[in-house]
Amino acid sequence: MGNPCAVIGVGQTEYRTKRTDVSIAGLVREAALRALDDAGLTFTDIDAVVIGKAPDLFEGVMMPEAYLADALGARGKPMIRVHTAGSVGGSTALVAASLVQAGVHDRVLVVAWEKQSESNATWALSTHPPLSPTIVVGAGGYFAPHIRAYMRRTGAPDHIGTLVAVKDRQNALKNPYAHLRIPGISREMVESTPMLWEPIRYLETCPSSDGAAAMVLASEDAARRAPNPPAWVHGTAMRSEPIFFAGRDTVNPQAGKDCAADVYRQAGITDPRRELDCAEVYVPFSWYEPMWLENLGFCGEGEGWKLTESGATALDGDIPWNPSGGVLSSNPIGASGLIRFAEAALQVRGLAGEHQVEGARRALGHAYGGGAQFYAMWVVGSDRP
Amino acid sequence: MPSSEKEPLVADHVLEFPGGYTRSVGPVIGRFLTELRDGRLVGVRTASGGVLFPPAEYDADGEAVTDEYVEVGPGGTVTSWSWVPRPRATHPLDRPFAWALIRPDGADTALLHALDVGTFEPGADPPKSLRTGMRVRPRFRAERTGSIRDIECFRPDVTMITVPSRAEYRLNAGRALTRFLDGVSEGRLLGHRCDVCGKVYVPLRGLCPVDGVPTTDEVEVADTGTVTTFAVNNIPDPRAPQVPFVSAYILLDGSDISLLALVAGIDADRVRMGMRVKAAWKPREEWGRTMENIRWFEPTGEPDVPFDAIKDYL
Repeated sequence: MGNPCAVIGVGQTEYRTKRTDVSIAGLVREAALRALDDAGLTFTDIDAVVIGKAPDLFEGVMMPEAYLADALGARGKPMIRVHTAGSVGGSTALVAASLVQAGVHDRVLVVAWEKQSESNATWALSTHPPLSPTIVVGAGGYFAPHIRAYMRRTGAPDHIGTLVAVKDRQNALKNPYAHLRIPGISREMVESTPMLWEPIRYLETCPSSDGAAAMVLASEDAARRAPNPPAWVHGTAMRSEPIFFAGRDTVNPQAGKDCAADVYRQAGITDPRRELDCAEVYVPFSWYEPMWLENLGFCGEGEGWKLTESGATALDGDIPWNPSGGVLSSNPIGASGLIRFAEAALQVRGLAGEHQVEGARRALGHAYGGGAQFYAMWVVGSDRP
Repeated sequence: MPSSEKEPLVADHVLEFPGGYTRSVGPVIGRFLTELRDGRLVGVRTASGGVLFPPAEYDADGEAVTDEYVEVGPGGTVTSWSWVPRPRATHPLDRPFAWALIRPDGADTALLHALDVGTFEPGADPPKSLRTGMRVRPRFRAERTGSIRDIECFRPDVTMITVPSRAEYRLNAGRALTRFLDGVSEGRLLGHRCDVCGKVYVPLRGLCPVDGVPTTDEVEVADTGTVTTFAVNNIPDPRAPQVPFVSAYILLDGSDISLLALVAGIDADRVRMGMRVKAAWKPREEWGRTMENIRWFEPTGEPDVPFDAIKDYL
């Protein structure tokens, strides 16, 4: 795993439907300055910048590394763009971590953003190229059949998705950055919303958000001098697999299982439910909580929905998932993975505020993307590994 | 009939002083209008230190203003507004607009003027963008005379632009897809069997994504198959016949990988995992080298396939 690496700064913007008050440059700058402030640093202290965003069509920005170099103080420094669909926020953090772990840099700024209000993600995902027509409409249209397959395979009752939709939004009420803050959110409220892509209801989907997140990753030496407690990186892993191949388990993809196994091995974790204190997992549609509970080994196959139903993943459960409110509450797509990683770090730093999991010392950050093809994960902890 | 019950006796009358009254504007208003003619906004310092805009000779306390003129704006902030959904003939704009109190930067008081926030149908509601706190600037007329009408109106600051972008491509289907679509143009569905794993991929693609080897062993599969899983879409799509429509993964008989297609000819709420379906082809004379030859898949009426038979294709 190389040299020790720690998160010494986290910065987030408020996530909103529209941030028309700022340009894209202003948005990423806001997150970056907050991360630098947390780390007690300025741009001049940063050795390199790594940036991630959603696929180009999502907001029509093709070369963010060139466009945003000035806004991120990158003049004269290495600046790298990472591109792995919806998992990009996670893999962006991992590329930055690798620069520290490899001993190349001492302090790396990592930033990811999305300004969904400037475009239309469903359009970008449904461009209908000729010759090989498909009939998928947006991300929900793609994921709905696989959710249906999960329900059929496990016999999960219909209301499990509703429970997650409520739980994550209740958590969001404790997170001042969260986009969807719905006072009095309830099962009745979720169930009264229409099916968009059956079996996915409106309130079982993520919102479209504007926002950015940033972190400062540091070497051990730099972390020792940081003003606030660090979150040490205990393991990092990425995996991918093709979207279509014979025998693919689309409900429980092998790449996700392999990625989790790798990150747990590095962190010395054999029982994630017991050994992790919380997890920030990419759940853009509520049913992906039970699906990923199984994929990430928090329970056996077919048991994920029971764990959700038992309340184990609630903020007061034994393994809180998405105490921040998760992707279901804030979804600047290009940043959503980085927010998971950043929130995991905040938890083990003890800086998560009102949604702090009491005494959290080890947490999982997770992101996935494409047709559940790209995975990025890290385990962070309060203790230096 | 008494006169009171007849049509009222009325006549039009216009009172207009020929050429218009004159007004000696005095030094303060005169300075204001002169600056306005040059395209500048100036206010005047009051005895108590504030900047009065538009200038008046005497402030609200009854004090004469100083002789210090202060350039203000041109940017300003809307402090209040009233929407005019149906402008009258004498209004400065012929489409819905707002009367707004606008305080230019550097001034302590506001000017009443017309605010143009865009083009709307008569009677339209005010746009959401119109709000107190909105940033605006004057639009000066090209020909100015030293009149408050030298400002045609105010308009919002530029807060957003659109960036048209368009990329044109010419897509080459390549050998594998061409071969597959040639088959479809004859009503045949062609796949490739992998020499290593033995799996049949439809459409044929000339490679096996699992084994990473080229494939050449061509097999024709049936146009019947089984729905493995599906979504009921309540979001309209130009390619779908109606809303809701069903997009389904269909495992064609003889294929080892499902393909995504429309299912129709059945109510959406009656589609099932394991349901048997058959391609609904367009009339042969409409066929081309395209999958659109198959309109959608329809139920065959055969008994459903048990879940065990499809569970490994999900």
